[in-house]
Amino acid sequence: MKPKLAVWKFASCDGCQLSLLDLEDELLALAGAVELAEFREATSGTVEGPYDLSLVEGSITTAHDAERIRAVRSASKAVVTIGACATAGGIQALRNFGNVDEFVAAVYASPEYISTLETSTPIAAHIPVDFELHGCPVNKHQLLEVVTAFLHGRKPGIPSTSVCTECKRRGVVCVTVAHGTPCLGPVTHAGCGALCPAYNRGCYGCFGPMETPNTAALVPLLRHLGMTDRGVERVFSTFNADAEPFRKAVPRG
Amino acid sequence: MAERRTIRTDYLARVEGEGAMTVRLQDGRVEHVELRIFEPPRFFEALLRGRSCLEAPDITARICGICPVAYQTSAVNALEDLCGVDVPAPIRLLRRLLYCGEWIESHALHVYMLHAPDFLGYAGAVELARDAPQAVERGLALKKTGNQVMSVVGGREIHPINVRVGGFYRAPSRGELRSLVEPLERAREAALETVRWTAGFDFPERTVECTLVALSDDDGYAIERGRIRSDAGLEIAPADYDEHFVEEHVERSTALHSHLRDGGTYLCGPLARFSLNHDQLSDAARDAAHAAGLEAPCRDPFRSIVVRSVELVHACDEALRLIDIYEEPDLPAVPVEPVAGTGYGVSEAPRGLLYHRYRVDGDGTILDAKIVPPTSQNQLAIEDDLRDVVSRNVDLDDDALRGLCEQTIRNYDPCISCATHFLDLEVERR
Repeated sequence: MKPKLAVWKFASCDGCQLSLLDLEDELLALAGAVELAEFREATSGTVEGPYDLSLVEGSITTAHDAERIRAVRSASKAVVTIGACATAGGIQALRNFGNVDEFVAAVYASPEYISTLETSTPIAAHIPVDFELHGCPVNKHQLLEVVTAFLHGRKPGIPSTSVCTECKRRGVVCVTVAHGTPCLGPVTHAGCGALCPAYNRGCYGCFGPMETPNTAALVPLLRHLGMTDRGVERVFSTFNADAEPFRKAVPRG
Repeated sequence: MAERRTIRTDYLARVEGEGAMTVRLQDGRVEHVELRIFEPPRFFEALLRGRSCLEAPDITARICGICPVAYQTSAVNALEDLCGVDVPAPIRLLRRLLYCGEWIESHALHVYMLHAPDFLGYAGAVELARDAPQAVERGLALKKTGNQVMSVVGGREIHPINVRVGGFYRAPSRGELRSLVEPLERAREAALETVRWTAGFDFPERTVECTLVALSDDDGYAIERGRIRSDAGLEIAPADYDEHFVEEHVERSTALHSHLRDGGTYLCGPLARFSLNHDQLSDAARDAAHAAGLEAPCRDPFRSIVVRSVELVHACDEALRLIDIYEEPDLPAVPVEPVAGTGYGVSEAPRGLLYHRYRVDGDGTILDAKIVPPTSQNQLAIEDDLRDVVSRNVDLDDDALRGLCEQTIRNYDPCISCATHFLDLEVERR
């Protein structure tokens, strides 16, 4: 029997699950190797659980979703979270540092119609997770590697080093050393292939913190390169703002 | 005899996001139709407050993984409008090329993977591929080409990293763009075949009467900029949007609904663009539309799949033209000094008009933001259409009626992630 693959969506932009459909050369082979038991963006056909592998996109922001993720866990042999929302709460986790009522009132004329939790939290804050794949969005080739590894019962080959190592491997000149451009590469999880430096841009941390980041050493360098305190706070407060090393990197007023 | 039945689909598939629909029938007459959207809100307009306006393209891209370039483009248009910056032609045309990539990617996704299975009776493209592998492979190849354009110009296909206020971080070389010519020429042939393929589907007779709204631009089929026009004679600058269009918050939805200030319903997206701007399509796209039997104005939502296919041909032709005339700009971006004030920006997302407005203080901090995605603008038109479709088809059995309702919604390619997200379809008969 083919292994059952399920894809679940919580608060997110749909981009990480779209990465599966963006595997244009591999999609039909993948769909032939597994039973696509649940993937609403792609098909109205569904098969009941239990599932061999559940891919989870998005963060938990409602009481209903906090219940739903527990049901996903109990129906799944393995749960892999994909992307910054699922692994760190996403950009919507900026509410965790403010007052969610003010957020609601800023967007909606009738806040009483809106039901939401005060926080946006990663999936691992609610259930045990077997593997977390970083990125905003994830790298689709890494996603394929993770799915393949889980279906074969082996450890995914996903490096947990920094973006700096990818610049070296790709032969990209260091934007900080050569141009004095502020860059989060030294503390950011590898996986993008050093995209921003390859386009003459400093890394903005969309893959979240690497395994053991030294943000305390990077912050003075960013300041030395001309970033204001506010600028440093902003650059650590984007798609992985509530990942612990990024949260602790800057004091919040 | 009084009839009362309930049909329910918990979660509508093949749309981007999560929503719900209820249709109530009493004795065969439509009593109530509502499209509920309960995608969890993410509060982008709130979290933009206090950010640097230069961060807006990266942050708003995250509203939607399917059309990030639309968000980035409307954002940079608004902020350049505010700062009085007019980017040089090579930069604007590079933006248009990136946007063509997004149109190709998004339209190929919708035509082949989300919409065609409705016409052919399949649950999805994977199921369709078992019987029609060539068609699905053609769609995937098209989609891949769109993604290649986005990767070369934008750095990656989802949430491109190369877009900034004032231009780009790095302008691609002519050689890099030339690598796209061969795939785009193949994609153009695939797009022409797509028009022939979709034109052969069975279409129920259908006409919607709402006002059609799209951007128009003297320099070509409007994509990355333009003035807001309607088929009822409206023609305004982006800055006048709020005077003519109103957003409203209703209980059933975490998306805000839009309507014309005079109360009328309007529709944006491929049908509106084709109806208003068809004479600016490339020759091949216009000929393909003619051969497919499309006439402007086109007010048949079912035929939106053919219009998207025609726009695929145009986007391939346009991308090839832009690559052919491309000159590397002297600088990848022009300098932008934030000023205090309000900026307005629009562009044509694959699903229709996307409006951004930012009020910014003197050091470039965003004081407030307003973002109106195409799906919330189309929501009332979708509900009107559903009401009419159901009332004309009450004799269908529950399964057939549910299928027709789902297809009616997918005709609009709703992106609920944008508008917020969850479609769960419920038909009650009493």
